[in-house]
Amino acid sequence: MKIIDKNTEFEAYVAQENKIEPKDWMPEDYRKLLIRQISQHAHSEVVGMLPEANWISRAPSLRRKMALLAKIQDEAGHGLYLYGACETLGQEGFTAHRDYTYEQMLQGKAKYSSIFNYPTLSWADIGAIGWLVDGAAIMNQVMLMGNSYGPYARAMVRICKEESFHQRQGYEILMTLCRGTQEQKEMAQRALDRFWWPALMMFGPNDDASPNSQKSMKYRVKRESNDSLRQRFVDVTVPQAQYLGLSIPDPNLHFNETTGHYEFSELPWDEFHEVLAGNGPANKKRLDTKINAQKENRWVKEAALAFAAKEEKTT
Amino acid sequence: MSTLDVWEVFIQTKPGLSHKHAGTVQAATAETALQNARDVYTRRMEGTSIWVVPSKYLVTSEGMNKEAFFDPADDKLYRHPTFYQIPNDVKNM
Repeated sequence: MKIIDKNTEFEAYVAQENKIEPKDWMPEDYRKLLIRQISQHAHSEVVGMLPEANWISRAPSLRRKMALLAKIQDEAGHGLYLYGACETLGQEGFTAHRDYTYEQMLQGKAKYSSIFNYPTLSWADIGAIGWLVDGAAIMNQVMLMGNSYGPYARAMVRICKEESFHQRQGYEILMTLCRGTQEQKEMAQRALDRFWWPALMMFGPNDDASPNSQKSMKYRVKRESNDSLRQRFVDVTVPQAQYLGLSIPDPNLHFNETTGHYEFSELPWDEFHEVLAGNGPANKKRLDTKINAQKENRWVKEAALAFAAKEEKTT
Repeated sequence: MSTLDVWEVFIQTKPGLSHKHAGTVQAATAETALQNARDVYTRRMEGTSIWVVPSKYLVTSEGMNKEAFFDPADDKLYRHPTFYQIPNDVKNM
């Protein structure tokens, strides 16, 4: 009976928009849900550096290259904030240390965002990622700024501040291409064609196929449903595409005057499930890169630790 | 292999203000912790001074009974200036 009371009390507490802090009592499934979500969010930042890093050395101008470098540096920082927030949950028999959760990711036991399993085939893809992928991420993360776990909410505030730079630099890339030669404009259109559906899939399964969402919304971690966020994203993004003079690769897309929303086709869910299961275009490549990085740089970490131990002895 | 220490980062946004907690970094030495904190938390001119402290040295009140710990503040209203009645005629107080 006592436990039921505690859970009810907890739910009432978060329902009043109170923040939970690391040492507060929380239901086990709340802790579990957060460790899973925050660590996978962190992994996404880390793996998300790869598709973009693919174009650092090939960025078409020094200005673009500097912006891309700064953006990828931000992603590393975002990963760090999130691992830090996740680690505050490592109590009561739960492990949440960054090395542990990262290892889970390398072993394929923990996920990262499906979007980063798509390759970047042209410079325009870097623009599309900034505009669409970071745009979708902002929409999701602005919602998460109001989530019930204090350390996660604070990390989101910090991240959202930086993320709008990413989206704007991406849109600017596409705007330049769309005002450029015929060839450049076609390159931009093909990038939109490739990233449109994967970006919409970032919001997750449809509401009726998302069992975790219910719990997440009850605990005030998620504040808005997948479909609702996705709809909002489509509504704001379509006019941005029109401004570029690009067309959305969806023959069924149309504006509904009565609802005031854009209606669009069913998403390619088979593809979504394939990518999540590890069979997307770049899943293997992404994990291999991270596994190799860890393996090859191990000696550097060992050197740093040995040096720190020596320093400690002399002081 | 053992892991790198976690450090708490405090940033002073400008001279005259107190340092505020910004987050954490992982580093082997104090010097690299400071470097990492600079790179991560002051890239956009967010601060003029940084403190880093190994997280393991932090002692916190969390985990204690919050009500009992902070309760004594509750019934001592006489610690607040508004507790004292001063006639309206008395100015500049």
